[in-house]
Amino acid sequence: MPASLPIPKKEKERAQSEPDAVRWLLITVALVFLALFLLLPLAAVFSQAFEKGLSVYLNALKEPDTLSSIKLTLVTAAVAVPLNLFFGVTAAWAIAKFTFPGKNLLITLIDLPFSVSPVISGLIYVLIFGLQGWTGPWLQDHDIKIVFAVPGIILATIFVTFPFVARELIPLMEAQGKEEEEAAMVLGATGLQTFFRVTLPNIRWGIIYGVILCNARAMGEFGAVSVVSGHIRGMTNTVPLHVEILYNEYNYTAAFAVASLLAFLALITLGVKTLAEWKVQLQLENK
Amino acid sequence: MSIRKIVTTLATVIVVLSMATAAFSADVTLLNVSYDPTRELYSDFNSDFARYWQKKTGQKVTIKQSHGGSGKQARAVIDGLEADVVTLALAYDIDAIAEKGLVKPGWQKELPHNSSPYTSTIVFLVRKGNLKKIKNWDDLVKPGVAVITPNPKTSGGARWNYLAAWAFALHQPGGNDAKAKEFVAKLFKNVPVLDSGARGSTNTFVQRGLGDVLLAWENEAFLAINELGPDKFDVVTPSESILAEPPVTVIDKVADRRGTRTVAEAYLNYLYSDEGQKIAAKHYYRPINPRITTRLAKVKLYRIDDKAFGGWQKAQKTHFADGGTFDQIYAPGK
Repeated sequence: MPASLPIPKKEKERAQSEPDAVRWLLITVALVFLALFLLLPLAAVFSQAFEKGLSVYLNALKEPDTLSSIKLTLVTAAVAVPLNLFFGVTAAWAIAKFTFPGKNLLITLIDLPFSVSPVISGLIYVLIFGLQGWTGPWLQDHDIKIVFAVPGIILATIFVTFPFVARELIPLMEAQGKEEEEAAMVLGATGLQTFFRVTLPNIRWGIIYGVILCNARAMGEFGAVSVVSGHIRGMTNTVPLHVEILYNEYNYTAAFAVASLLAFLALITLGVKTLAEWKVQLQLENK
Repeated sequence: MSIRKIVTTLATVIVVLSMATAAFSADVTLLNVSYDPTRELYSDFNSDFARYWQKKTGQKVTIKQSHGGSGKQARAVIDGLEADVVTLALAYDIDAIAEKGLVKPGWQKELPHNSSPYTSTIVFLVRKGNLKKIKNWDDLVKPGVAVITPNPKTSGGARWNYLAAWAFALHQPGGNDAKAKEFVAKLFKNVPVLDSGARGSTNTFVQRGLGDVLLAWENEAFLAINELGPDKFDVVTPSESILAEPPVTVIDKVADRRGTRTVAEAYLNYLYSDEGQKIAAKHYYRPINPRITTRLAKVKLYRIDDKAFGGWQKAQKTHFADGGTFDQIYAPGK
């Protein structure tokens, strides 16, 4: 503890705290809010999913259309997340460690998918690749399908999950500064060596944090994917789209069973996110 | 890493994936793009047709389905959703596809009965016991009866509901357009919430428990009873209603390019066969073949082509366009 005037315990408490009533009121409001808007829906999803027992739950997940939607969601995330990881790290590295003209413009552009409604994110691909769009007739002549097929779904997903990795890394890398990299350079390391031996280990947990958020959004995206999907059963329905279809078919148990997969994903995401946040904090404090 | 490399990687991924999707279609596949309430009908019909087609030709056919609001589905086909056949709710929507040259003009004459292999109508779904004693359209305007229907501005089904009520009032003794308008206005005063689509309204009625009566497609009403239990709801068929003719057609451009015309035409023709008609009847559509028995009650049905409405284009303009009769009578919160 740094030397300072000793403050009596009572004085200190009074200086920091509101009257008891206000404090308890605020805590209660926050907790009730949390329970009402987060825990209650989560509990509802699981209770509906398991309402008719475990075997009904498992059968709902084994249904061919459901399996195909899970497969499509996994494929989409498997393509979109690595691409955005690659882009995110490159962009964050460029922005945090170097100065170049147009840097602010790049930062703004990275944020663009956050500020655009997902429906618009889907529609832009229909406008570009759709039959009435710019490249539609050419694509059709060459028998390449983009919208209403898997590539369109992946493109829309990449677009909406674009900012996650870069947005996580930029502040972290800026906070870490570039002294270590400069030291490495002075000691004779090449650019790539510096990146893999110095930069990458420092941002490890930041990357995991970004990837996990990116992945959660990639698997959970509804709006943009809905516009480009075409809703062909067993072919172009992702898990969130399939949940809506099941619900609309009065298949409530199956709908909530599939939804519970997304809820599990959210819980895992939350767990890894907390871990990563804690590690990042630790890393910064050890500096 | 250069930008060029990123672009190349992206392009490769896209090409590989589109090839992968194309590789699925070694056997013949058809895509039937349809509207919302036909899911159960077509999943049944498709497996029956696949059996029939394999027996007849030895060819294995897989039929993929896509469902959504009729107008939205037509839009997707226009934008390039590769439907070999469409089976939509209104001729109006297929006309929109034909306008873009994907379907030949005069498509509605290609198949019998205006290209509508089955028909349907609007009925009432009430809560078990029918406490408000709802029997016919005039019971819907009584004070204290809450009616659930979707918004005619956005839902095809809701337009049929609206026109059915209109037709009923028009054909009462002394009925005319002004009286019909007054009747429909009174009916909509009893509507507490307007959902945007038919399935949304059904969920409002059955899941959220709002309202005393739901105006619904006949097949949707029976489906809801089958799915959710006959102990909860009853179907009430009014004395008069409207005849809905959902049309079907081959999308010429797609079928010719994919070489699926033969099987696509056979698929639609099979809807007119005795087997096809029986399946339609089983799913509470009204078969057009009078020899096929149906469990559905006899109703006096008015047509959209009757002089009172003058076809879809005119009815759309008179009733549902901005400033039409619906806008004049419906004032939310009053």
